[in-house]
Amino acid sequence: MTTAVDTAPAPAAPSPAPAGGGRPRRRLLRGEGSGAPLLVLPTVVLLGIVIVYPVVRGVWMSFQKDPGLDKATGMFVQGGTAGFSNYTHWLLQQCAVASGGTTPCPSGNLGAEFWVAVGVTVFFTVASVSIELVLGMWFAMIMHRSFKGRGLLRASVLVPWAIPTAVTAKLWFFIFDYRGVANRLLGTHLLWMGDAWPARFAVVIADVWKTTPFIALLLLAGLQVIPDEVYEAAKMDGASAWQRFTRITLPLVRPALVVAVLFRTLDVLRIFDLPWILTGGGGGSGHATTTLSILVVQQIRQGFSSAAALSTITFLLIFAVAFVFVKFLGANVAGTPEEGR
Amino acid sequence: MPVTRTTAIAVAVGALLPLAACSSGGDAISPQSAGIGSRGPITYVQGKDNSNVVRPLVAKWNKAHPKEKVTFKEQSDNADQQHDDLVQHFQAKDAGYDVVGVDVIWTAEFAAKGWLQPLKGATKVDTTGLLPATVKTGTYNNTLYAAPQASDAGLLYYRKDLVKSPPTTWDELQADCKIAAAHHIGCYSGQYAKYEGLTVNVAEAISTAGGSIVGKDGSTPTVDSAAAKKGLTRLVDAYQGGEIPKQAITFQEEQGRTAFEDGQLLFMRNWPYVYGLAKTDGTSKVKSTFDIAPLPGDGNGPGASALGGHNAAISSYSKHKATARDFVQFLLSNETQKFYAEQGSLAPVRASLYDDPTLVKKLPYLPVLLTSIQNAVPRPVTPYYPAVTKAVEDNAYAAMKGEMSVDAALKAMSASIKSAASS
Repeated sequence: MTTAVDTAPAPAAPSPAPAGGGRPRRRLLRGEGSGAPLLVLPTVVLLGIVIVYPVVRGVWMSFQKDPGLDKATGMFVQGGTAGFSNYTHWLLQQCAVASGGTTPCPSGNLGAEFWVAVGVTVFFTVASVSIELVLGMWFAMIMHRSFKGRGLLRASVLVPWAIPTAVTAKLWFFIFDYRGVANRLLGTHLLWMGDAWPARFAVVIADVWKTTPFIALLLLAGLQVIPDEVYEAAKMDGASAWQRFTRITLPLVRPALVVAVLFRTLDVLRIFDLPWILTGGGGGSGHATTTLSILVVQQIRQGFSSAAALSTITFLLIFAVAFVFVKFLGANVAGTPEEGR
Repeated sequence: MPVTRTTAIAVAVGALLPLAACSSGGDAISPQSAGIGSRGPITYVQGKDNSNVVRPLVAKWNKAHPKEKVTFKEQSDNADQQHDDLVQHFQAKDAGYDVVGVDVIWTAEFAAKGWLQPLKGATKVDTTGLLPATVKTGTYNNTLYAAPQASDAGLLYYRKDLVKSPPTTWDELQADCKIAAAHHIGCYSGQYAKYEGLTVNVAEAISTAGGSIVGKDGSTPTVDSAAAKKGLTRLVDAYQGGEIPKQAITFQEEQGRTAFEDGQLLFMRNWPYVYGLAKTDGTSKVKSTFDIAPLPGDGNGPGASALGGHNAAISSYSKHKATARDFVQFLLSNETQKFYAEQGSLAPVRASLYDDPTLVKKLPYLPVLLTSIQNAVPRPVTPYYPAVTKAVEDNAYAAMKGEMSVDAALKAMSASIKSAASS
């Protein structure tokens, strides 16, 4: 228990810096601000309870063994400390054996699915986000033009985004049924939920359908801050439509673009509901659409500690991706005024 | 600011301490001896009451027991959510969950966690007259932890306009497949999508062939055997030979039912609920041309169905266990069981009700269902059920799709169950 408490404070440390905001700072008078910690305290406590404690507890749990069965009584008993064995279970796909030691996890054990799940998750991320980006850009350009019925178009583009994911997933579930619309329209006899790649593409298609509007709207906001004069000047200089797109639109819309990609990437990396309802994580040999989050949920039923280790790994993975985005691609999530370039 | 920051941290840590302390539970002190003889108001928890049978029952009970009133807490209609809700309340040692409805496959897990009161001694429940297979679903480690309150088993639906008499063995069923081929329809289907239904179907195939998945202790795999191989091979060969149509690998109960009602299948393994629908659905093309039979066997009697249904158990943390025990007994009573069947079409756990004329009139499948339940083998009763079903599903699915040989699949099932039991 003490470990949990010792490590707790670090992320909880309140950062007083943003309090100043953008306004010019005035020197504090004596005694002024001494009540600040007290005022901030409720927030700190609240964040501690709802964020720091669960995270720390989760990490602590990931180093515990799951309860094992006492053969004599047939009852579960506490497992004790596990060291890194929960982590090696996933990362190296090693399963414990009764006699001690480990063996490569057999098929049918969740540990054997870890790297498959990583691959599937990354595939979903790359495929969905890149398709969404292209389509979203296209949608945004259309919506950006002024024409009759633009308001209606903007509203209707939002519809897929407004539908709850569970409903979307069920809709596509019926569309991709063996006797559903997709096979009728395409004249195919694909087992959309049964075969590996059809199942994966079913998920990607449904995800693209649902979230392209989100990217389109973010990009539309980015497009709207580009002054018309820039385009006019370019036209005067004889730039073609393509040149105007690549030389003006893309660079100027880049901040919005990077943020959109970041949000969506993080979103897809922890995707759960859509594949869970659409394919149940199945397809192919049975886990062609099992993402990391689905694996976590499946593991929860079999043991919390091992699931805690897996969610910690997932967390670190997503954190690393977010870090790369913010650090190297200059994603400006906080919206502070200074621009990296 | 260093001083104030430290203060803030100290306070934050202080606020967290009690939380940390109260979650470090899992001690060994048994709550099962507390509240054994005590009476008082209790709560009954179960999943969504779709056919409104529980509320009238509870009202009836409350009228007769004004000092030991039962409050009904209804969970969602999703089995996984019901499971997780129960787990959370048990972990919190919630005394507010006295009697709980548990799916047959959760019983061993909950019992091994120490969450269920053994139904012996002062909380003994009388199980005479109950169908033995249903009692087995509530028995872990030779102790009854949950009493069966509703059962369910698989039936063979067949087209009586195409086959004269239903096949009684798997080989006869295979022989009848040429009739299906002549009519250009699929021969046979069960539930083969990768979900719990696949475990049910594989368990049935294995039990029918005389094999088993997990030993009596609930943790030793017994699936790597010649009998189990015979059972699984039947499914695999039928799928790869086309007797089970290709799309059946995506079938859950409903897809199979639609295909059968559409006249696309000669035989189907499904639950009794399909009977009424196939008789009355506007879209059903087989209303008067289908009938039911027990599942095909191995040459010595009907096949071994798996069991569905729910058990009723008493929480270890209940404060009024005497009342809870009486209420469980009340759920098993002849009257309640008849009411369940009449009002909710739930399969009774008492054999005597299956030839009750009024019930048979309402639910004509009851006599066949009785045969099915009498020959049933419950799915493995094991505290590692989630891992076991996963091992079975994954590998049987791969074997059916031809990505794995039957031998390799059974070996992997066995190894997977072993690793779950030794983690």
